[in-house]
Amino acid sequence: MEAKKPRPEIQQVREFEAAKRVCGFDEVVLGFTQEQADKEALRCLQCKNPACISGCPVGIDIKKFIYQVTQKDYKGAYFTIREKNDFPSICGRICPAEYQCRKACILTKKGSSFAAPEAINVHFLERFVGDYGMNNDLEVSSEESSNLAKFKVAVVGSGPAGICCAGELARRGVKVVVFEGLHKTGGVLRYGIPPFRLPRNILDFEIDYLKKMGVEFIPNFIIGKVKTLDELFKEGFSAIFLGLGAGTPSFLGAQGENLCNIYSANEFLTRVNLMSAYKFPEFHTPVNIGRHVVVIGGGNTAMDAARVALRLQKMNGVASDTTIFYRRTEVEMPARRLEIEHAKEEGVKFRFLVKPEEFIGDEKGFVKKIRCLKCELGEPDSSGRRSPVPIGGSDFESDCDLAVIAVGLKANQILTKVTPQLKTDKYGDLVVNPETMETSVGGVFAGGDIVGGEGTVIEAMGMAKKASSAIINYLKKK
Amino acid sequence: MPGGIFFGTDMKIIEKEILTKENPVITRLGVIAPAIALKAEPGQFVVLMTSEEGERIPLTIVEKDEARGTISLIFQEAGLTTKLLGKFKIGDTLYSLAGPLGHATEIKNYGSVIIIGGGVGLAEILPVARALKKEGNHISTIIGARAKEMLILEGELKNTSDEFYVTTDNGSYGRKGFTTDVLTELIQKKNYDLVYAVGPIPMMKRVASITKNAKIKTLVSLNALMVDATGMCGCCRVTVSGQTKFSCVDGPEFDAHAVDWEELEKRNKVYSDKESHICKLNL
Repeated sequence: MEAKKPRPEIQQVREFEAAKRVCGFDEVVLGFTQEQADKEALRCLQCKNPACISGCPVGIDIKKFIYQVTQKDYKGAYFTIREKNDFPSICGRICPAEYQCRKACILTKKGSSFAAPEAINVHFLERFVGDYGMNNDLEVSSEESSNLAKFKVAVVGSGPAGICCAGELARRGVKVVVFEGLHKTGGVLRYGIPPFRLPRNILDFEIDYLKKMGVEFIPNFIIGKVKTLDELFKEGFSAIFLGLGAGTPSFLGAQGENLCNIYSANEFLTRVNLMSAYKFPEFHTPVNIGRHVVVIGGGNTAMDAARVALRLQKMNGVASDTTIFYRRTEVEMPARRLEIEHAKEEGVKFRFLVKPEEFIGDEKGFVKKIRCLKCELGEPDSSGRRSPVPIGGSDFESDCDLAVIAVGLKANQILTKVTPQLKTDKYGDLVVNPETMETSVGGVFAGGDIVGGEGTVIEAMGMAKKASSAIINYLKKK
Repeated sequence: MPGGIFFGTDMKIIEKEILTKENPVITRLGVIAPAIALKAEPGQFVVLMTSEEGERIPLTIVEKDEARGTISLIFQEAGLTTKLLGKFKIGDTLYSLAGPLGHATEIKNYGSVIIIGGGVGLAEILPVARALKKEGNHISTIIGARAKEMLILEGELKNTSDEFYVTTDNGSYGRKGFTTDVLTELIQKKNYDLVYAVGPIPMMKRVASITKNAKIKTLVSLNALMVDATGMCGCCRVTVSGQTKFSCVDGPEFDAHAVDWEELEKRNKVYSDKESHICKLNL
């Protein structure tokens, strides 16, 4: 392809240098400068039929906002994004763009498994614009004198799906109350994603924004335990949105998995991210530091856990030794490429094609070693990735005094167990009408990981948006 | 309803009673929590935090008063968080309080029931003893502590029992010895349909081994470490009948004969180094 006029070079995003950043939890990616954003925006071909937009689960008009950046109309760009996404500063930081908009970008070859390096860095532009809006106090006005103001909607869960749905509804003038089981809002954005990927001031800002829009948040309130869905309806809520998340960690089922110092990624990350165990003893929740840490899994959660473990080692004067064990190879890893690169830069080691078989403990019940089988890649499985086949007799042992299991999550069934009318599938996820996201109970909608299992933050938001439109229609008929 | 439809959980301390003065200190707090009080059933617990920097710790709901909208919690000062909780005064407000969590005890007429409590576990058996008594069960209660001054809720438990036995390790009150000594004698004399025990792990473990031989159904409420206490993290996992269970959502009660006690004992000590460190800091 011959370019008609020379385009600026690909802009390299600024990053906090690896050797220093591993000594704390400060943000790793520092984003584009205004100059970089301008240049990167100019690289966009402004395609007649932009494929990137269809690659965005919430359908941001990417072409338009990038054009506005080229015109230095950052304010306009901000409002263009906010039309579809209330959380640009969050999504610009954590969206796996290389599997979404950037993969769909015309600069990525069709059929690639993830975006080419040349693909426009849409997410960094989104982040730049989102932060611009945040730093300049740009506010989106919600609909005034809406005839929807007489309705009250309950949102259960304050994670990505919940806050997205709450924002959409509040903007239309609906009164929204968000119930959160934990003591702090944000769901997985707070307990799962470490501050070095999503600084807490960004998360707080975006949630405070919803509060300004009139959304009420009630923490420490576990729907299903302290109140049922029926009771919410009786108390005057016209509709309910369930953004319950995929809250229950899966384990390997390997021998010795309940030895001390074997954590689920959820526990390890919750201790550190939500409870600030990395600031122990100023914060009182402890977490143990491993000398030989093994993280099992290949997704973003595994990368997060490994990078957290490595930081804890650094901060506690322990020589870095954190290794990710994954049963396939790097290509099949579902994690964002950027996270894999960052983990490598920071000194996380990788061991591919290994399947943990057993954890071996000492007399006090603490894990000491891990025994694995080596694998080779076989035929593609249902996920389309080549499946790992263990090689008989290839057992080996490796030192491991702290392990983190990051092999996925299942539905948390606290609510569904006490609400048998809610239809679930064999995984315990909610069954919904794919057009409206309505569950088997009238007036109860759902989205995020509780529908269809683990996905990305932006996919959860996509579902929540769809549900919010359906909720509006539902309310209008009332 | 008090405070409007969404009264949430007020979390204010309105009563404080020191039950034992030292070694260890055991305290009862009355806390405003109308929403929890409305739903709490015997066997359930709350998870609370004393401050934003605090840990999330589970505590059994000992009593509730729906009309007043309060619950009462009893705790023994053991680690940092319970020591900090001990400093709370009437009028102070907890940082966080959520519940009711866990499964409620299955309350029905079993027939003859032995209820055993040791140490601060006496607080946890009280709501269950009351509910089982109300269902018409014949209740034989055995309570134990290291010494007389460490016994709590004696009057309350006695009032809800048909037979009542007290043991102290040093013989300073009641019978000298362990609760399990009385248990062994009772089950030799008569058939019992259920044993319900809460106390230190060694006590529950001994109860389990005695009643297993005698083939009496036995329930225990486990005190595994927890973080979120809503099934999210798996910190509280225990092995029951060879299967991994989460104490917070699958329990906290389990079949005493199926629990892997050694594993639980070890897992509960996973932070003992950190705990002794932070307690020395005198925060």
